[in-house]
Order: sequence, then C-alpha cells, then structure tokens
Amino acid sequence: MDDNILEMRSITKTFPGVKALENVTLAVRRGEIHAICGENGAGKSTLMKVLSGVYPAGSYDGEIVYDGRPASFGGIRDSEHVGIVIIHQELALVPYLSIAENIYLGNERRGRAGLIDWNLANAEAGKLLDSVGLDESPVTPVGQLGVGKQQLVEIAKALSKDVRLLILDEPTAALNDSDSAHLLELLRRLKERGITSIMISHKLNEITEVSDRVTVIRDGRTVETLDTKAGEVTQARIIRGMVGRDLESFYPDRTSSPGAEVLRVEDWTVRHPTQDRLVVDHAAFSVRAGEVVGIAGLMGAGRTELAMSMFGRSYGRDISGRIFMHGKEIKARSVAEAIDNGLAYATEDRKKYGLNLIEDIRRNVSAAALAKLSRNGWVNGNEEIKVAEDSRRSMNIKAPSVMSVVGKLSGGNQQKVVLSKWLFTDPDVLILDEPTRGIDVGAKYEIYTIINRLVAAGKAVVVISSELPELLGICDRIYTLSAGRITGEMAVGSGAGGATQESLMELMTKERESVG
Amino acid sequence: MTRTAPPEADPTPKEPAPTAALHAGTSDLRALVTRNLRTSGIYVAFVAIVALFAFLTDGVSLSPGNITNIVLQYSYILVLAIGMVLVIIAGHIDLSVGSVVALTGAVSAVLVIQRDYPWWVGMLAALAVGLAVGAWQGFWVAYVGIPAFIVTLAGMLVFRGLTLQVLDNISLSPFGEPYTDVASGFLNGLLGGNGYDAFTLLIGAVAVAGYAVSGFRTRLARIRYAQPVESFPLFVARVVAVGAVVMYFAWQLAHARGLPIVLIILGVLIITYAVISNRTVFGRQIYAIGGNLAAAQLSGVKVKVVNFWIFVNMGFLAAVAGIIYSSRSNGAQPSAGNMFELDAIAAVFIGGAAVTGGVGTVVGAMVGGLLVAVMSNGMQLMGVEQQVQSIVKGLVLLLAVAFDVYNKRRAGTSR
Repeated sequence: MDDNILEMRSITKTFPGVKALENVTLAVRRGEIHAICGENGAGKSTLMKVLSGVYPAGSYDGEIVYDGRPASFGGIRDSEHVGIVIIHQELALVPYLSIAENIYLGNERRGRAGLIDWNLANAEAGKLLDSVGLDESPVTPVGQLGVGKQQLVEIAKALSKDVRLLILDEPTAALNDSDSAHLLELLRRLKERGITSIMISHKLNEITEVSDRVTVIRDGRTVETLDTKAGEVTQARIIRGMVGRDLESFYPDRTSSPGAEVLRVEDWTVRHPTQDRLVVDHAAFSVRAGEVVGIAGLMGAGRTELAMSMFGRSYGRDISGRIFMHGKEIKARSVAEAIDNGLAYATEDRKKYGLNLIEDIRRNVSAAALAKLSRNGWVNGNEEIKVAEDSRRSMNIKAPSVMSVVGKLSGGNQQKVVLSKWLFTDPDVLILDEPTRGIDVGAKYEIYTIINRLVAAGKAVVVISSELPELLGICDRIYTLSAGRITGEMAVGSGAGGATQESLMELMTKERESVG
Repeated sequence: MTRTAPPEADPTPKEPAPTAALHAGTSDLRALVTRNLRTSGIYVAFVAIVALFAFLTDGVSLSPGNITNIVLQYSYILVLAIGMVLVIIAGHIDLSVGSVVALTGAVSAVLVIQRDYPWWVGMLAALAVGLAVGAWQGFWVAYVGIPAFIVTLAGMLVFRGLTLQVLDNISLSPFGEPYTDVASGFLNGLLGGNGYDAFTLLIGAVAVAGYAVSGFRTRLARIRYAQPVESFPLFVARVVAVGAVVMYFAWQLAHARGLPIVLIILGVLIITYAVISNRTVFGRQIYAIGGNLAAAQLSGVKVKVVNFWIFVNMGFLAAVAGIIYSSRSNGAQPSAGNMFELDAIAAVFIGGAAVTGGVGTVVGAMVGGLLVAVMSNGMQLMGVEQQVQSIVKGLVLLLAVAFDVYNKRRAGTSR
C-alpha cells in the first residue's frame, strides 16, 4: 500500500451556477514532488483552496485525509497548524517590512513580557535564508528584492511554520530561467529533507524535469495521474491529457514572406527613472512588414523598458535615439502620438497595465481608439458594440457577450481582449510583451495563430518573451538583449547559423557584467 | 424568459439569429433588476424611502408644497453631486466644494450688494471665480501629482479664509430680485390654468415625450445593430411608468407654486452631464482613468488633461451651487456651504459610485442625493430631533457603501 500523506476523495465544489470541481481525486505520496496541471479554469486553484481551508469544510463535498486522519479545515490557520502551507502566485509579502519581519509576520518570535525578540527573529531568519540558498541580510526590506528572491522568502516563511506539505501555485511563472532553476533545485533539496510539495505549473518542461508524479485536471475533473519518474511521460503526453486531444505542434505553421522595412530604431538609449544607470544602451533594431521579430533577454535585460520607452516614453528618462516608420523619422513623445504613428504595445502585465478589469469587453476593446468611434467627441455606442462583437468572434473570446466584465475572464481570453484593443487602433507594428504569460496551452496556440494572421495581413510584430522555445517557434528573426544592449541578431531556421536555445542563451548572457 | 425584438422590426433578417447567450438576462424585468442590482438597488431603495415617509407622515411628504420645498432646499447639493460624481469616478475626491460655494457667493454678494453692480455681473464673477478655483486645484492634482485629498483639503481651508477676507467677516444681504429668482422664482401663469399651472404641466409633458422619443430612437438604433433590446411591451411599460411619475410630479408642482426655475437649471445640468459622462470621449476617459489609471495611460488617454478639466468642471459647478445658495439665502455669510462637500460626497456614494473609482453615474448620484433629501425632509416633518437625523443619515451612507462592497465581493468569487 502506498504511503500517502494526502488523499482528497471525490471533492465536489459548486459555485452558484458553476460546478468548479466534480469528483476530483488526488493522492499525494509522502516525500514526493507532485505536479498538478490543467488549462486555466480547469479547477486547480479551487482544489488547492479547498485543501488549504480557504473554502472551509462544509462548503464542498468529499473527503480529505491528511496523514491518515480525516481532516476538516475551517480556515488557513487550521491547515497551517498541521503543516500545510500554500504559496500563491501573487506573493503575499509586505514590501516595506524586512525579510525577517515578513517571515514571522503573524507568527512573531516573542521574548520576555510578550515583546518581540528581534535578535532571535533575525538570527533564526538568517538560518532559514541559508537553507533556501538566499544570500541576503534578514533586515533587508523585501521590496528591494527581485521576484525570484521574494519567492525564496515565501518558502523560508513556510519553513518557519514547520511545513510538511508545501503547495506552490505557479511558482516560476514570473521567474527567469536561472531563478527558476534555483527554485526547482530547492524543491529537490526540500524533498530530501522529507517535505512533500505540490506544484501547480504551466511549464511542462519543469514538470517532466522535477516532479515525481503529475495529476492532470480538466474541466473540474481528474483526468489521470502519470508517473513522471519513470521517464516515459513526454510533454506531448501531458498536453493530450490537458486538452483532451493531441496538439500536432505547439506552434502553428506559417510561410513567412517579409516585405519592406516598417520600423527601424537607432541609437536608442534610456536611463533608469530613479537610478543613475542606462537601462537601454544604444539599441538598434528593425522589423519588416509580415515579419515576426523576437527580443530575447533575461529578466532585467531591458526588454520591457526598451518597448515602453519607445511607446510614448512610458518608461525612463533622458531618452534619446531615433525611430523610423516606413523610412520616415517619427516622434513618439506621448502614447497618443505613438498610437497615431502606428505603434501598439501590449503589456506583459495585462491586469496591471493592460485592462480596465471592472469594465466590460466592449469598453476595453475601444479604449485605445475611441477617436475612431466618435465624431466631435461623441461616441457612437452602437458602433462600439459592433466593433467589440466583431473582435469577440474573430478572436474567439469565450464570453457570453461583449458586456461581460473583463476581470472575470480567464487569462487567455483577457489576453485576446488586449490584442483586440490594439488591433482596433490599426497599428503597423505590434509589440507584444510576453503575450502568452500565464495562459494555458490551448489559448497559447490561439494567440500564435492570431499573430500569424496579423503578419499574413502585412503587419510587423515584435515579440518579447522569456520562453526561448516560444521565440524559436514563432519568430523569423531574434535579437538578443543583455544589460540594455543588443548583443546579437539571429535568423530562425534549421539551416546553418540558425538560432538555437544554446546560441541565444550565450548571447543573452554576454557582457552582462560589464555594465551595471 | 428571453424575449427579443419583434422579427418584423429587425432589418437584418439574413444575419443568423443572435445566440441565446447574447440575449440572456437582458430582456425581462426580473433579469434586468438582478443583473444591475448594484445600480438598480438605489432606485428600489429610493422608492421604498419615499413610500415609507409618505406613510409615516400621512402623505404630507408627497404634498405639492412639500415636493416643491425638497427641490428648492436640496438643489445646490444635487448640483455639487453632479460635479462630485465625475471627480469620484476618476478616483479623486473634492473636500473644498463647501468653501467654494461660500467664496463664489461672497464674491457675487460683494459686487451686487456692496458695489451695486447688476445681478448678472455678480453671477458671471462667481462663475469666473469657480473656474479659477477649479483650474488651481486641477493644476496641483493633474500636473504636480498631489493627491486630490490633500489639494482640496488645503483648498477647503484656503477658500474659507478667502471668503472671510472677501466678506470682511460679516454677512451681506439682501440681493433682492431678480437675483433671488434663481433659487426661489417660479415660472407660472404663463399659460394660465384654473387652480393649477398649465405651463408646468406642458413642460412635464414635453419631458415625457422627449424621454419616449429618445428611448425609442435608441431602441431602433440598437435593433439596427442587432443588439439585444427589452421586449416592446416592457419598453412601453417603462415609458409609461416614468411618464406617470414625471406627470404626477408636474401635477403636484402645478398645484403648488408652479415650475421652480432652479428645477429647470438642475434638469438641464443633469441631462447634459449624464450625456457627457456616457456618450462623449471625455466622459469615457474619466471612467477609464478611474478603472485602471496605468492602463488608461498606456492606451493613449491624456490623463493629466482629463484630470485637470474634471477639477475645472467641479469648480464651475461649485460656483453654480454658490449662486443658487446665495440666491436662496438672499445674501452671503462667512459660514455658508459648511459641510456641503460631505452631503455631496454622500449622495455620490449612496448613488452607487465605488470608493476605488471607475464606477458611478450622474443619475445614480442624483437619486442618492434625493434619497437623503427625502429622508431628511421626512424626518423634519415628523419632528425627529436633529441628532437622530444625523445618526440616521450616517448609517444610511454606511449601509449603502457596505452594500456596494458586498456586491463586489459576491461578483468577485465566481470562481
């Protein structure tokens, strides 16, 4: 008989009108790394909320057996009490407090008279930081750390609570490759210490690499649990479980036929808004009509900064350099001017910078080009709905109507709304910053298809992405960016000199130390 | 459950019939109410409050004279609430409007009463002062980036001080006619009538006809664009219901003193601003800024310009309110307009605006303001003590916002 630390049996959770989970079963063995994957909206997060007590016992049907005993958690406190700690995708750290203060927040180390013993807290926090491999002082404010290090602080916090079952919700979604590798390595070490982990992830390569078993969830039901340790489970196999069919390829085919040059950037230099350093350093690149150009770079290389500074000086200061559209130099001193000149920029953080989440699809789609829908300042509301309705159909946005509030859509559908908004401005050049971040495999494929359709219609597309396979899969050419400098340009193709993950990585890490 | 436009009215029959999902919950009354509980809740509450006080005061609160009184007494708060709702939708607040009401009234009084300028010079000067105040605060909020709370808190002190300065710490009165007609004048007897004012009824009828025609045209346009519309009987029912309320209201006014001039001013402002907020690029950008400032900025909205004009507009409407208030009190007092800002803010939030910005309507704010007005007036009629009135008003504000928060939470936990 298996030694299961956790068994969830026939969990059913219903929201008004929706069955989020139906008879879901999950068995996690003691000391394993158990991955959970499934498309967005499949019910993974709901399942974890049931497990951690966010949805208290009684609000769902089914049975949870933890450590051989039936468990019923009334809240997060209950589940943490028995060593279940969940780390959410959106980290729950207070930026102004120090690492140690965050680690012991709500669980303060008290000394005499009930006062907090900071010396003890800092000393213990230091040990915890050692164990997660974070080389920072416990008194450093968390806000000064990058996302990768903050993730480690969260894990240290979990360890301080004597965690036995650690749940990570998309832990590497916002991390670059080296931070991800570090985190996964840490999970392996925790496993050696006997800590069981459940990891929700979209990144299939990580799942096949680090997990022992993977449970696939689709439409609120358990599809299967695969043994990834045996090494027979391929990414394609997992995808088949997730979407219920084979995807012949991750990336749709496209015949590329680039035309005339549309966008050329020369000598682009941007200074950090508060610090005295160059974030973009004399960058130059160009894009042709009907071409998809990738920009590869590690986190902090200046990819987003390059794009946003071009887009109406939305980032940085002391911006210098020249932008040419169709061979003619343009000024893009404001976002409105950039849009007028045919530029569009879809942000990497659609919730924060891309969408008005409390508004409906209609008003988000029209937001960047209201002028096109209005005469003398009067908006034609009917035409607006028609435009939104057209987008909903052509983009296959899954929502009951264009009056649906955007905040309630899944990540993939939100991204389609963002794309619709920018397409409605009728741009010549679309800059897509991490267009598939945090969205599921099926929606990714759809986004790629949309990109292909755009370039087939003669648009020029620039894709910024952390995922090298994605860039290699959809781009014609790739520029590499390192410490604000363009360090290389490679054609994509199977021929000699074609870009590979290795060659790109080499260029992306080049000269990293020389500027700082 | 789901009804669509009558087929013969649909000019695009070749199009496949819009899906049932598109129409779900848009046509019948119950769905309309539940779908927009957040916005319709206020109307339900308003009707309930009106009915409650009509019952408690044995119908006195709905008497012709009293309805006229409510309009006259609360008109300036409603004018302030129109400007305030735009400020709040954009995610700001304006604490200075009470002081601006006092300052603009004071400037007008000094010119008209002390210096003997004609009445209209006083009003124009008040409007100019209001615009200047708005530009001043708009500059600090939009271009310097100081939170509106601070800028207008400072403004509240500064403009109150300037009021005292302008008035030399004394009250001025009287304005005399025609200045006082703004707030206390009536249009009546223009068409005669036996025991009632025919002109008031005519204006009421015109308003109803206008409502019906514009509603019908909107409906036709929506059908032309193949959008869901309410069923025709429901549309007629809605027009008849609104028409009945308006005509009842007009009938009561016609039996009292006729059509108050201030009601005409208020009506024009409400319609104008309802249209601006809903149908113009400027109005839509206000919602965009309040909903997600960063996204609006990255969508090409000129956030600074929009914010600036929101405050200029607030200053303008505060001046209008200042004129109405000085006209009503027939003079200017150093302490005029005290706490008006809070009444206006309360009206906006009771009317369904969100504390975080991005949500709210002009009409909602008006209903919110009227709800408070009917409640205060009803309690006065019943002889409820001042302290109890204050407590009740405070609790209503709290409950209204609690309802909003509850609604949002319920909407947010769909998965």
